[in-house]
Amino acid sequence: MAAPAATKEGLRDCRDAWAATIVDLAANDPRIVAVVNDSIGSSKLGGFQKQFPDRLVNVGIAEQCMVGVGAGLANGGKIPFVSAASCFLTGRSLEQVKADIAYAGFNVKLVGQSSGVAYGELGATHHSIEDFAWLRPLTQITVIVPADAWETAEAVKWAAGHEGPVYLRLSRMPVPDLAVENRVFRPGKAETLRAGSDVTLIANGTISHIALAASDLLAAEGINARVLNMATLNPLDEEAVLAAAEETGAIVTAEEASIRGGLGGAVAELTSAHRPVPVERVGFPGFLPTGSVEWLFNEYGLTPEGIATRAKLSLQRSGK
Amino acid sequence: MTVENDPVTLIREKALWMRRTAFRMVHKAQLGHPGGDFSAIDVMATLYFGVMNYDPSRPDWAERDRFIMSKGHATGALYTALCAAGYYPEDWLETYMQPKSLLNGHPNRNYLPGIETNTGPLGHGFPVALGIAIAGQISGADYRTFVLTGDGEQQEGSNWEAAMTAGHRKLENLTLIIDRNRLQQGQGTEQTAGLDPLDDKYRAFGFHVEMVDGHDVAALLGLLSASPKGRGKPLCIIANTVKGKGVSFMENQASWHHGVPNAEQFAKAMEELV
Repeated sequence: MAAPAATKEGLRDCRDAWAATIVDLAANDPRIVAVVNDSIGSSKLGGFQKQFPDRLVNVGIAEQCMVGVGAGLANGGKIPFVSAASCFLTGRSLEQVKADIAYAGFNVKLVGQSSGVAYGELGATHHSIEDFAWLRPLTQITVIVPADAWETAEAVKWAAGHEGPVYLRLSRMPVPDLAVENRVFRPGKAETLRAGSDVTLIANGTISHIALAASDLLAAEGINARVLNMATLNPLDEEAVLAAAEETGAIVTAEEASIRGGLGGAVAELTSAHRPVPVERVGFPGFLPTGSVEWLFNEYGLTPEGIATRAKLSLQRSGK
Repeated sequence: MTVENDPVTLIREKALWMRRTAFRMVHKAQLGHPGGDFSAIDVMATLYFGVMNYDPSRPDWAERDRFIMSKGHATGALYTALCAAGYYPEDWLETYMQPKSLLNGHPNRNYLPGIETNTGPLGHGFPVALGIAIAGQISGADYRTFVLTGDGEQQEGSNWEAAMTAGHRKLENLTLIIDRNRLQQGQGTEQTAGLDPLDDKYRAFGFHVEMVDGHDVAALLGLLSASPKGRGKPLCIIANTVKGKGVSFMENQASWHHGVPNAEQFAKAMEELV
């Protein structure tokens, strides 16, 4: 068994990586513009605004208009990054995301900030745990959920160069960069954080760090868990999921999202059709009570212990 | 000026061809929205054959003027306009709404050249047109952007989001045209969720507003072809129109929003559309 991947020292906010990268890209490509709904601060675009005041389009608190404007800017030859709190970006303007971005196929990058339960105490209106389920059927949109600041920067760079709609779902939870040797960002491909043959833990976003910690707990009990960072939700790396089903016989998914229709849903759909194995889905069941991010994670088992427990349950179910 | 090169005559000829052709498409498909096609056709013929700068051999030409059909159900008007403009051959129109046709019930830019964005759900075209106009403003480009909405469509709040930013940014390269036929799908706009005074509303949002008979081609041509330079405001043209314009039994009848003709009605309409 491969040694567990260690993490580097130092926590980094993915939003800082986004902000620095978009400024760098914009400096070299005049087509790059940012579109916001009065979300300059929460999108950390103050530096962008200072450097490129004419290329920051603030439509005010008007998300439907914001997404439509993104499509129009793409029509006019720009590469718009439409950045707003993910709950509003995807929920309020879902029909614009569907018709103007996915169906029309414009080269627009949607950047969902403060996703998941980042706004824990603000309540279910401000949680963005439904966005995966809303966007997954829109197969024209590449959905990327970076695990750390490094992957955020890489995903932003990739999105800028990719011709087509992208949704980047960014976390505001500071995390260390995952320590993966010779790391290369490969959109659409699962990243193996740890090799293992007993069970596979599939996570995305900053939950990948928690899944990795869960694998440490399992290793202490002699269970060798494979850990996959599934940063790209759309399109799903079906090969990696089916290999996990085939080779480890049990799967746990973990995501800062609803257990319905997101990463867990995608894995369950695929495996049930092609290689049925027990799939335990760790995430949120629906609207959540008020609480801090930490409290909500603890309450719903998005912890190393919670994921390890579900891994053992999946093993029981598999008859291993 | 001879009749042959009189722009108003040319536009009227194109509009007549569009009405006859669109109604033939609707009759064959037994689907469509002919009432709204006919209210919009004179505005669209004026734009495509008297105002807009475009090249059908280069639909992606960066400097082209853009037309956004926000009332995407009026594909009879849009598809005939683009065909007459030279974007595709006439026989393509025969496939209107057939299985897998490129002439979908609502326009798709990935199917046909000349379509700027996908519309259908109402209230989408204006924000997209706004984004196109902002792109031109950022780049200092000279193209103009025209967006046509229905009047009932103005009930969608996204239009007013777009209006706020268009006025705020003083986008003189943007023209909003409202097809004011006063009928929505089921009944009159003023019986549903009244829009009047629509001109005052747009003035309050920072637009220069013009009211015009939407079937008076000479008046439309004058307003639409005037240079926007120096106006310092977006332009809103409220085109007072007649739903079903041109066919006696269709005019001002809400039932022709998505009504389709039988053989007798079709023949009668063809007799009138000359």
